Amino acid sequence: MATANELTRRAFLQVSASAVGWLVVSLYFDRPLGAQATEKVKYPPDAFIEIRPDGKIVIQVNRLEFGQGVQTALPLLLADELDADWSQVVAELAPAADIYRDPVRGIQMVGGSGSIRTSFLQYRELGARTRAMLIAAAAQRWKVAPEQCHAAASVVHGPGGRSAKYSELAADAARQPIPANVKLKQPSEFRLIGKGVRRLDSRAKCDGSQKFGLDVDLPGMKVAVVAHPPIFGAKVKSIDDSDAHKLEGVREVFEIPVARGGSGVAVVADKFWAAKQARDRLKVEWDIGSVERADSAQLWTKFKELGRTKGLVAETRGDKKVLDSIADSDRLTAEFEFPYLAHCPMEPLNTTIRFDGDKAEAWAGSQFQTFDQMAIAEVLGLKPGQVTFHTEMTGGGFGRRAVPDSHVQREAAAIAKRLKGTPVKLIWTREDDVQGGYYRPMHLHRVEIGIGSDGMPRAWRHVIVGQSLLAGTPFAAMIKNGVDDATVEGVADTPYQIENFHVSVHAPVINVPVLWWRSVGNTHTAFVMETLIDELAARAKMDPIAYRRKLLDREATKLRAALDLMEKKSAVWRNKLPAGHAAGIACHYCFETGVACAAEVSIEDRRPRIHRVTVAADCGTGVNPLTIENQMQGGMTFGISQLVAGAAITLKDGRVEQSNFDGFALPYLPDAPVAVDVHIVPSTEKPSGIGEPPVPVIAPAVVNALARLTGKRYRSLPLNTI
Amino acid sequence: MATYRLTVNGQRREVTADPTTPLLWVLREDLKMTGTKYGCGIGFCGACTVHLGGVATRSCGEPISLVGDRPITTIEGIGADPVGRAVQDAWVDRDVVQCGYCQSGQIMTAVALLKHMPKPTDKDIEESMGNICRCGTYVRIREAIKEASRQLGKGGA
Repeated sequence: MATANELTRRAFLQVSASAVGWLVVSLYFDRPLGAQATEKVKYPPDAFIEIRPDGKIVIQVNRLEFGQGVQTALPLLLADELDADWSQVVAELAPAADIYRDPVRGIQMVGGSGSIRTSFLQYRELGARTRAMLIAAAAQRWKVAPEQCHAAASVVHGPGGRSAKYSELAADAARQPIPANVKLKQPSEFRLIGKGVRRLDSRAKCDGSQKFGLDVDLPGMKVAVVAHPPIFGAKVKSIDDSDAHKLEGVREVFEIPVARGGSGVAVVADKFWAAKQARDRLKVEWDIGSVERADSAQLWTKFKELGRTKGLVAETRGDKKVLDSIADSDRLTAEFEFPYLAHCPMEPLNTTIRFDGDKAEAWAGSQFQTFDQMAIAEVLGLKPGQVTFHTEMTGGGFGRRAVPDSHVQREAAAIAKRLKGTPVKLIWTREDDVQGGYYRPMHLHRVEIGIGSDGMPRAWRHVIVGQSLLAGTPFAAMIKNGVDDATVEGVADTPYQIENFHVSVHAPVINVPVLWWRSVGNTHTAFVMETLIDELAARAKMDPIAYRRKLLDREATKLRAALDLMEKKSAVWRNKLPAGHAAGIACHYCFETGVACAAEVSIEDRRPRIHRVTVAADCGTGVNPLTIENQMQGGMTFGISQLVAGAAITLKDGRVEQSNFDGFALPYLPDAPVAVDVHIVPSTEKPSGIGEPPVPVIAPAVVNALARLTGKRYRSLPLNTI
Repeated sequence: MATYRLTVNGQRREVTADPTTPLLWVLREDLKMTGTKYGCGIGFCGACTVHLGGVATRSCGEPISLVGDRPITTIEGIGADPVGRAVQDAWVDRDVVQCGYCQSGQIMTAVALLKHMPKPTDKDIEESMGNICRCGTYVRIREAIKEASRQLGKGGA
């Protein structure tokens, strides 16, 4: 996702003592996006750290927490440099505010596996500066030099056995000048970073006390659902709501604008069940005459035709004619099909808004607080600053809450506008979610490979067909020469060294909204590359790991390190597989992280049974190894959701054919690996992504194992038959 | 609308609701007990699992009019039960949760499993745990169930 405009951060720390004497440290920085970068804007102060009189240290997390563990990892970074007592650390999700924007990307967001990458230094510096100020306050109090003091576990110690708790020093510390430069710890000095810390939010998520966005409850709050058009962009022609109004608790039924220029019918009731039943009773006539009706079968025909023609050039090197000079017997042609996929985070999409005329308050789980706040403000005729935007704990997202057009928040704002003064919670039912678009786009890959006498690929012609994710969004400027990097990432930039290499892309415009799905383009590109490389290795009768190593760029050090570690750790079981079991290998580099895995697979009940996976990752400094282990294990299961039978969104005459989990299948526990052992390449380099990198490797690894068992190659997902 | 007398986590509660209202929404909206989650509304994901008369039940498909006098136990109350507490502790010890949204249902299902099968095999776990976790915490759910079983076997809970 967006990593453009990575301008140098110019950060200014400003500190103020709040009325109650807590230490408040705020981070200021220039607005770094595009044309606004020259404009020097100062932001109003807000807190990252509060040291409370009771010793609690409350740390504001400038990201959404939706499972990825950042609500533990960012406070951990800060607390390590602060020498804070970890047992006293409390994390809070920060509301939308300029000071909480991503320090590199310039908007408040979670995406591209970037939270730790871009806030690693930010949070450590905040901790180190605060620690220095606490020590300075203690030194002043004791009339000694700061160098004579040191800190540990939220206590400053000075000469002569003197000590003071952070909570006792906070007020004085707030009056200390902010050090311009602070020395950060060397890796050998880390007390929390790299040690493996349990999540801060576990207990609340195990006893029902954790509140999520869907749990927001306000006095007098109403609940809304929306009847969406059956075809994207269609509009309401007429509404008969007489039956709906017969239900007790139904308050209002009215038309609102929805995504893609369409309209829908909002139903507002006292409670969800009345709203849902009322929606079921609506008789809505839709104007579908003017909208394109996408149809999967027709789209595949079109995609296949396009796949046989050259598209816009994404990458070209070497000689284009070499492929055609290679004999047919030394050529391999393969066509791959990937369907639309829904994200389906377990917490259905929702947003609560109260509009008070000159201001508004919103509660939502958002990966794009900046955009969502702006969208709500726009619909309500307010400035973004007039919308207080609370970041709610969120039940998953996987990209589905990073929506450039903020369509859910716009719907909620349109409803709140009508209900002025009354808070209203918009709930997208699971049916709205499955049928509501914003899918991982369907893709076709057509690859022609010419194989050299050494068994290695000599020439490679690759055509990718798929909708652009960036077109029509604020990120469209990142499209270069018509090529959306999100479509070709993982192929165009492959670390495999192929001399004559030509990649082109077609980006058809289709009336189906699409969106990044955890690991974005890598979901399909890694599958294509890693299954083809495996096939080439088998054809060359070479070990799949040795073959990859031979073909990999010397400079692909992180991927090589991951491959080496995985090979070593998996050797013990790969070398003594039971009958009917096979090992499948895959590796991939994305979000600056190299991941390699080996999967032990058999076939049970005509389904892949994944007995174990050994995975190794080089992600630079492993900030919280326990979270990395969790993300690797969970990411693998997310990747398997490309494989399970029924995991496809299809359209017929414009209408989505699935509506809930009875039609769109997700992995259950038996579909996941029985065990996943995770190994992190030791490193003191800057941290890189961990949320998305595990996703792309598992599906090709499983399919490569299946190919060994059945002799078949699997190029169409999901695996409805083996 | 009708009035129903319920026993929730050992407490008597009275609600007035449309008879077709699923127990899930009565818990969430009338009783303000939001630990029980809405995930799909058709009984496929298990996020809404509660114990109804001691049986793990998907509350999204259970109309309030059919609950009768069966006692209801939810995630908010399961910690008072030794098996429930052991499962919650194992979940925390194994750092199972990610987004956490499905975990109320996972825990309620796991507690029901361990009450009927104190020493479940992998196969028992696979056959019983029909709850979707989109974050994919299944590997750790499996481990945590075994850990809770071990702890309960030691008489530790």
